[in-house]
Amino acid sequence: MTPRLTMTVNGKAREIALDDPRVTLLDLLRDRLGLTGAKKGCDRGQCGACTVLVDGRRVNACLTLAVGLDGADVLTVEGLAQGGALHPVQEAFIAHDGFQCGFCTPGQIMSAVALIAEGEAGDDPERIREGMSGNLCRCGAHRGIVDAVLDAQRRMAGDAQGRMGKDGERAA
Amino acid sequence: MNRHAPPAGSPAPRLKPPEGDTADRHESAWLHVSGRAEYIDDLPEPEGCLHACLGLSERAHARIAALDLAAVLAAPGVAGVLTARDVPCVNDISPTHRHDEPVFAEDRVLFHGQPIFAVVAATRAQARAAARLARADYEALPHAVDIEAAEAMGLPLVTPPLTLSQGDAAAGLAAAPRRLSGEMRIGGQDHFYLEGHIALAIPQDDGIVIHSSTQHPSEVQHMVAAALGLPANAVTVLVRRMGGAFGGKETQSNLFAVVAALAALRWGRAVKLRPDRDDDMISTGKRHDFRVRYEVGFDDDGRILAVDAGFAARCGFSSDLSGPVTDRALFHADNAYFYPAARLVSQPQMTHTVSNTAFRGFGGPQGVVGAERIIEEIAYATGRDPLEVRKLNFYGEGRDVTPYHQRVEDNILPRLVAELEASSDYGARRAAVLAFNRDSRIVRRGIALTPVKFGISFTATWYNQAGALVHVYQDGSVQANHGGTEMGQGLHTKVRGVVAEVFGLSPERVRVTATATDKVPNTSATAASSGADLNGMAALAAATTIRDRLRAFLAESRGVGAESVRFEGGMVLAGDVAEPFAQVVKAAYMARVQLSASGYYRTPKVHWDREKGRGRPFYYYAYGAAASEVSVDTLTGEHVVDRVDILHDAGKSLNPEIDLGQVEGGFVQGMGWLTSEELWWDEAGRLRTHAPSTYKIPLASDRPRVFNVALADWSECREMTIKRSKAVGEPPLMLAASVLEALSMAVASLADYRECPRLDAPATPERLLMAAERLRGR
Repeated sequence: MTPRLTMTVNGKAREIALDDPRVTLLDLLRDRLGLTGAKKGCDRGQCGACTVLVDGRRVNACLTLAVGLDGADVLTVEGLAQGGALHPVQEAFIAHDGFQCGFCTPGQIMSAVALIAEGEAGDDPERIREGMSGNLCRCGAHRGIVDAVLDAQRRMAGDAQGRMGKDGERAA
Repeated sequence: MNRHAPPAGSPAPRLKPPEGDTADRHESAWLHVSGRAEYIDDLPEPEGCLHACLGLSERAHARIAALDLAAVLAAPGVAGVLTARDVPCVNDISPTHRHDEPVFAEDRVLFHGQPIFAVVAATRAQARAAARLARADYEALPHAVDIEAAEAMGLPLVTPPLTLSQGDAAAGLAAAPRRLSGEMRIGGQDHFYLEGHIALAIPQDDGIVIHSSTQHPSEVQHMVAAALGLPANAVTVLVRRMGGAFGGKETQSNLFAVVAALAALRWGRAVKLRPDRDDDMISTGKRHDFRVRYEVGFDDDGRILAVDAGFAARCGFSSDLSGPVTDRALFHADNAYFYPAARLVSQPQMTHTVSNTAFRGFGGPQGVVGAERIIEEIAYATGRDPLEVRKLNFYGEGRDVTPYHQRVEDNILPRLVAELEASSDYGARRAAVLAFNRDSRIVRRGIALTPVKFGISFTATWYNQAGALVHVYQDGSVQANHGGTEMGQGLHTKVRGVVAEVFGLSPERVRVTATATDKVPNTSATAASSGADLNGMAALAAATTIRDRLRAFLAESRGVGAESVRFEGGMVLAGDVAEPFAQVVKAAYMARVQLSASGYYRTPKVHWDREKGRGRPFYYYAYGAAASEVSVDTLTGEHVVDRVDILHDAGKSLNPEIDLGQVEGGFVQGMGWLTSEELWWDEAGRLRTHAPSTYKIPLASDRPRVFNVALADWSECREMTIKRSKAVGEPPLMLAASVLEALSMAVASLADYRECPRLDAPATPERLLMAAERLRGR
């Protein structure tokens, strides 16, 4: 039998007929929906390159079965930018050189978006480092990544209070 | 799968790169952050694309008595299998042409994980499931997993060893007032590029196009052509970018590209081969682990008089690049120090393990870490601060000849180290660490300042050449192509900057396109930190040729002196007239001026006679130094890196942002190598650390708490490099030797610094604990 599910992907409602109930969310996104932003790094939930948001929470898409996501709201890196403008986290990753080879970047960015939304880390570099440690970066761009998260967090907090965002600085 | 179909009903939003100052920005920055930067696994698969999976040996050394693939062939979706018999021409991918590395093992397997066959199926899952159904009958043969076992078994060296000698080391040792000897183990390292190996081969007419995640497209082209019996001109290899490589894609990509190409021609369909992470880690080579045995003679101040050292490397079953890697270990066995007499010998030892390969530093790091151990030994033997022993032994006036007889002409270490010593407040902090350790029972601290001197150039002298191709289009946009590959090191960004400056354009007007063997042929691997040095110069030559044609055209048509024509800010200034670049280009096109040019560069001055062990293998040296401070819990062996200060030499940096990233990233990668990353083979020769669950690379939380990184902005390359910059890819990795030595100092405090702890690498908590226990017993 063909499992059918309804899912919102990057703000758009999708009717999905799964050819195989064992398909992971990552394979659904990459192989069936043409959304290749999330990457397959280790395929066992240990590198974080496949991080996407399900109902606002970050998940390893490679370990998440698609069939369990009926009615879920999925956000991938492709859905972050609004109306042609980059998301503040994306802008901050550019401003702080938060990548080298770029392969882990979509996962880092989705993880950062959720970390900021979770509100647990605030602007404490130590907690941001800890909160971003599920996303491996082999190039060692950790400084840029942590600075980008700090900067975006401040900008978004600033925006939320109707103020201008602060300029980023190398705080970490 | 319907990968070739666009996402139904949702055209991708037309994002534009952000406006503004993009001069120093990564050329693909906005693509990366928006998830649109394409890696090979992101490319739409051609209709009917098949997928291959490798079948790997389950023994470390055995004769294959029988191989039954019937169940594999009968599995769902399977198109067929490939074995050694199916390689039409040469079943070999040895990069140094020693004919010791088959694509598929024939009657004998030489390591656990060696490819024996490939299965090709409609989907990747089907191929992987089918590969598990093979039945091989092995007749076990004796195997040797490590250097000692290989020596005991009398296994040969995989390639001829090298000896470097200067003066009479034996006499120097005999005459030295003091001497000591010891042994050091230095572990290997898995590359753990986040993007694993991958090749997508697509038949095209009677040839083939291969998208390969490789640092060396020309070698992939050569290997595929040789295996398939095609002329090189029928094989095109493309790589836009890699998701990390670090040396692991210099030769190791050959296997995957050759198998994908074999299958593509056999079935006349596109074939993709992307091993899963475990297979990637099990079946591809890593950084060599070394055993260093050293004897050093010195005086009472700690001045080195003679060194005799042997560098044995676990090379695995074949030579791969082990010859040049172990050579480079010897080239760096002096690190920054003058050895008046030296005898250095390499031992590229065969073992029944995966064939080790290039990894950032290419043997150099093992040489450097060995040299620093010798310094550390002398410091503990003489009771001096290791930094004082270092300074005493730096190259200098009248003490400037290396063991390979190259003169060190550009030594900036005395100034660089002095500046770092001051900026890091080394002296006061060392005193504070010593004071802390006097009063602290469990937690002990350590601090160390270590230098790096790294030779820049391929020691295979013919590799020191590069080509580029630059096109200017009628709208004034520019396309640049060169032989180097982009793996995250920022090469394309640097080359884009070089070309843009020639035309006085902002960098976003220049696009660097995928490395392609049909655009720039006969390229060298993007390796040895040489990418920008070589390809930047070639691109500069190509762009300058076009600019000079534009100058000559304006000189003739406007009656101005060619030399007075300037290219600035997107404008061309000729006499009193300033015109937009695009307008000049259009006019030049109408006047039939050629707007495309190739460029070529070869490094001058370098030469190397391996038989004699003499020459000038390096065009110049890059330098750096790091001061690291750590805390160790001596009851658990756990440690924290509290603070790191780095001053690094990138010459007149082509792009300081990128270079700082390389320095930080290289340091962190080196720190992983020397502390947390441990490769573990069991007695049967199986790699047991083949996934991130068991193989631990540094995390964001492992980054030093305080991390001050600076470039020595006063440095300028003495040689005529691209804008007097220096190569920066590999040298910073060795700055992490300071972490290892700082950990060692923390442990040494347990025996009041009377004894060198001889801490081997990686300094995992277990190893730190063992060293602590050993010293406590004294």
